[in-house]
Amino acid sequence: MRRNQVAVVGAAETTELGVIPNMSQIQLHADAALNAIADAGLKLSDIDGFATAVETPQQMAHYLGITPTWVDGTSVGGCSFMLHVRHAAAAIEAGLCKTVLITHAESGKSMIGKQPRFTAPDSLNGQFESPFGVYGPPSMFPIPVLRFMKTHGITHEQLAMVAVVQREWAAKNPRATMKDPITVADVLNSRMIAYPFRLLQCCLVTDGGGALILTSADRARDFPQKPVYILGTGESVETPMVSQMKTFDSSRAFKVAGPLAFKEAGIAHKDVDHLMIYDAFAHLPLYGLGDLGFMPHEETGKFIADGNTRPGGKLPLNTNGGGLSYMHSGMYGMYALQESVRQMRGIAPAQVPNAKISVCHGVGGMFAASGTIIFTNEK
Amino acid sequence: MAEPARAKPKPTPETQHFWDGTKAGELRLQRCDACANVYFPPRPFCPSCASRKVSVFKATGKGKLYSYVINHRPAAPGFTPPYAIAIVELDEGPRMMSNIIDCPQTPEALELDMPLEVAFEALDDKITLPLFRPAKG
Repeated sequence: MRRNQVAVVGAAETTELGVIPNMSQIQLHADAALNAIADAGLKLSDIDGFATAVETPQQMAHYLGITPTWVDGTSVGGCSFMLHVRHAAAAIEAGLCKTVLITHAESGKSMIGKQPRFTAPDSLNGQFESPFGVYGPPSMFPIPVLRFMKTHGITHEQLAMVAVVQREWAAKNPRATMKDPITVADVLNSRMIAYPFRLLQCCLVTDGGGALILTSADRARDFPQKPVYILGTGESVETPMVSQMKTFDSSRAFKVAGPLAFKEAGIAHKDVDHLMIYDAFAHLPLYGLGDLGFMPHEETGKFIADGNTRPGGKLPLNTNGGGLSYMHSGMYGMYALQESVRQMRGIAPAQVPNAKISVCHGVGGMFAASGTIIFTNEK
Repeated sequence: MAEPARAKPKPTPETQHFWDGTKAGELRLQRCDACANVYFPPRPFCPSCASRKVSVFKATGKGKLYSYVINHRPAAPGFTPPYAIAIVELDEGPRMMSNIIDCPQTPEALELDMPLEVAFEALDDKITLPLFRPAKG
């Protein structure tokens, strides 16, 4: 894909985040979509491309009253929205549509109008994982981490620091769910969920949503908001079975998607001013820093523990507080994208001064999928 | 009131040989006749070279502990927490998820790379699960 040909011209989250017992999941999508439309100064009738995940494009297009000429229902977990951005950029460049709306929302906490997840007993997961007691992401996502720690010499304290540092960012964000400062001892004394991970190393469970609007860069200048350009993109998938990852020392999906985006963007790691790495659990930023090529995995734990990613550090990471402290409705990728867009617009609650390049890296499932988007505010 | 049972696998045509094997007390893997790749989970072609010429064989049932979590909450139906969900790296190469029996479910007892051997646990007259225990000697 060519650089800077497509821009984000609308971005918004749901009016509220957290516990929203008065809205169903599809209405949360609509709330985010209407906020993004207003942000972009558009009407719903201006939208001719539409993408969403879990809820189908036909469900949401009908509910919103949209008649698209291009749709994408890619649903690979929490990074689906990174893939939607990539696909939408390609579709706009190819002339399949002009103005794309991407929505995410999940009634993850209140569970209103949300279909329960079900693993069929004759699926591969149902045959070769479910019988051994996996039960939801906390029992599955941390399965690789002990091997990762042993291979790379990562300590429990370093993994606790991921949560500590992100809480420092969350404290600066009025919309963050958890804002009170925490210490390594707080993390290591919090309730055990799935050893080695404790409560404060696991993501929140909340309600909410977000929406993005993309159009071609040449039209983007006519919109009310500062355009945020798509500089580089990458995507991949590996396996829906965490047990069948090629290795636990790294994520193959990360190692494909991330470097692809950097190559497309034509940037080096030292050019990155702001970084989002989807943190459903505390080990993900360590995998991300290594797999995206910022440093060897061995150095990632120390890098975070030494404060390099905290406010004022040289590589600001997960500046909204992340899935650990900001919010996590189930598929967090949209909120990581929203924070990258805010940083590039210069309006983030914890704004990184003069940030010009933001890397936003997402995971889907338990390392099952990955998407990376690199944004810039300079064309 | 009956206790909630653990999730029970339902074989498909491509996986039936595996579940027939566990019922017979054998851990069965597949090997590609063209490129010798040994793979899991079951499928009637080689995921490395795409050959449809593959053979089922009886694995040694020996392996080592590759990684695990000790799940506290929420617990799956049929499980009493805390319980370990383990990844076993088989001597033949492939890895599979299982549980570790005859061993305390603690970080001290569950050492990465400890040798393991397969044990079979019947759920009913159709399905037997492959579990693992610390290898003797």
